[in-house]
Amino acid sequence: MRAFARVVARADGRGGTVLAELRGETPLLLRQTPGHGRAATVYVVGGAAGPLAGDDLRLEIDVGEGAAVRVHTVAASVALPGRPDAVSRMAVRAVVHDGGALHWLPEQLVAAAGCAHLAESQVELAAGARLTWRDEVICGRYGETPGAAVVHTRVDYDGRPLLRQSLAVGPGAPGWAGPAVLGGAPATGSLLVVDPSRPAEAATVEGTLARLPLAGGPATLWTATAPDAHTLRAHLGDATLATVV
Amino acid sequence: MATSSLLLLLADGRFPAGAHAHSGGLEAAVAAGRVTDLASLEAFLAGRLATAGLVGAAFAAAAHRAVTSAGPAVRGSTLALLDAELDARTAAPALRTVSRRQGRALLRAGRAIWPEASFDDLPRTPGGAHQPLVLGLLCAAAGLSRAETATVAAHGTVTGAASAGVRLLGLDPYQVQALLVGLADRCDGTAAEAARAADDPPERLPAAAAPLADIHAEAHATWEVRLFAS
Amino acid sequence: MRPDTVSPTAAPTADPDAPHDETVPHTHPEPGVDPHPPLAQAGRALRVGIGGPVGSGKTALVAALCRAFAGELRLGVVTNDIYTTEDADFLKRAGVLDPTRIRAVETGCCPHTAIRDDIGANLDAVDELAEAVGPLDLVLVESGGDNLTATFSRGLVDRQIFVVDVAGGDKVPRKGGPGVTSADLLVINKTDLAPMVGADLAVMDRDARARRGDLPTVFLSIVGDPTAGRVADWIRHQLAHHAVRHPIAAPAGPA
Repeated sequence: MRAFARVVARADGRGGTVLAELRGETPLLLRQTPGHGRAATVYVVGGAAGPLAGDDLRLEIDVGEGAAVRVHTVAASVALPGRPDAVSRMAVRAVVHDGGALHWLPEQLVAAAGCAHLAESQVELAAGARLTWRDEVICGRYGETPGAAVVHTRVDYDGRPLLRQSLAVGPGAPGWAGPAVLGGAPATGSLLVVDPSRPAEAATVEGTLARLPLAGGPATLWTATAPDAHTLRAHLGDATLATVV
Repeated sequence: MATSSLLLLLADGRFPAGAHAHSGGLEAAVAAGRVTDLASLEAFLAGRLATAGLVGAAFAAAAHRAVTSAGPAVRGSTLALLDAELDARTAAPALRTVSRRQGRALLRAGRAIWPEASFDDLPRTPGGAHQPLVLGLLCAAAGLSRAETATVAAHGTVTGAASAGVRLLGLDPYQVQALLVGLADRCDGTAAEAARAADDPPERLPAAAAPLADIHAEAHATWEVRLFAS
Repeated sequence: MRPDTVSPTAAPTADPDAPHDETVPHTHPEPGVDPHPPLAQAGRALRVGIGGPVGSGKTALVAALCRAFAGELRLGVVTNDIYTTEDADFLKRAGVLDPTRIRAVETGCCPHTAIRDDIGANLDAVDELAEAVGPLDLVLVESGGDNLTATFSRGLVDRQIFVVDVAGGDKVPRKGGPGVTSADLLVINKTDLAPMVGADLAVMDRDARARRGDLPTVFLSIVGDPTAGRVADWIRHQLAHHAVRHPIAAPAGPA
């Protein structure tokens, strides 16, 4: 399946946000829900199982000056095998203008046995833009050896590289479960917070959660491994977000 | 093509660039109980090669490309962009510091050995340029090819940690060497992939991440007592 | 605390200003003969390495020299520890030198490599000291406790001092090794312990002369001489050579 979806958010001039465009197609359907505060809230509603290998899904997000958008998904995405030798692809491309804010807080990506999945995100932030970006990967359903999944994230701030990271798990990623990469943890993820109004904080580590100030802009990355999705969310979820957003 | 003696010199752990003081994250992985024996060391090296090894080799190859095929006018700006791109691939500040420190050590050796080489093209970043960039220029100064440059870089990411494994865990050095022999094909494959990637624009260079590498590095940096600088 | 930093009441007392205490055996180079290789280039501090086996009193000697040169020289210290910062922390706690003037180098289980085969991290530390606190007259580079074969590279230091102690046995000078035979100054430390460990200082002096030819040896007890007067004088002498051959633009003085 191929699908394309697009969100365009603009400041409504009264301190809130209006969605100038909101369109999607199965299995990438978008719904606006009543928001809180000045942000518009959008849910990605899975219109089919998957993604299945062979699916090609694209989502574009454009957040204008002074606008704010929160994006959630209603459930975890379970990447599944599909056509032989095919790859499922989920590409997100986001642009946030000065004074705009994007909070990308989807549910987990589950790399099911036999899957071949590529999640590719590219975010361009203008100087003065804010971003919250969470990626969580669960390596296989319960007790299952995962398929191949790559989560590739590329973020620029003010035209300069801020974050490039590509996490690969499953067959094709040598040593991914070993002590240099995940150490046997079935859940891993990161939370990127870009906020020009926040002073940089020092790096900290607590167990397998690290807070890492980035070099290329006013940004902090939380990165974690965990024994399960619940613990991972405790690391990268509301408690951490409450301290920053 | 005959194997170059210069390739062997640059890949030698005795090349005076401070490698002996770095464990490539192994000391922290050992302390966390994640590496305890030969098998877990092998898994560590495989993961390190596929992540930091690939990224470092690709950036060394890209820096080599920048000084051997780019015009003098754009060398500096290309290297500065590569430096910023590598920063963006190194989320842990402790790892950025270590990479720049190792770059300085390598640059000191390079300037002494190849005084005519164009090291002044390197960005004047606080703390010095990242190690893979300096390595790329050093290999170019030595006349190595881009593929050889990537090989030196990939090789260095596993041999340093393997040697630290012998020292930290008291492993049998013959068995550790056999393990490196077993990884040689994969190391060459990583180098070849890195050398190919160097043709891509800097933002598309490999960015293979390893969450535990970041976590281990930041934990290690807080220790009061440690044997290795990283 | 280390034995030579304790002040037992029975400790012999020496006048640190007395240049020649003939009751303690020591040797001098031949008059008019400079046994040293040429000194470093102008415009930088004299770098003196201090090496020797574990427990021979290197850190206590560095502390003593810090006391000796306080208010006299612009001094920096680089330590090479097995456990990274232990010696540096000792010096900082001892309060003998401003902590910003002390740098620790991590050596990855290979302290001898960091001072001899692969000296970049130490050279970086020397550079960082100068960047942090301005020009220096003297940098002391202390090696990690190692063995009798550990010597400094001439690429790192201009002069090296090798420290052994009487408690290590009075055979150490006879056994030789690169540190004992080739160091610019051999310090035989903890002479106050000699009666307790049955070490014969005259034997050590004779063996040191035999091994070292014209190179000087001094006997030291930091208990009795907390500013290591004779070692400090030797360093002043080296500094004078350094200054005569390579005048430093900035005048020496307290930082």
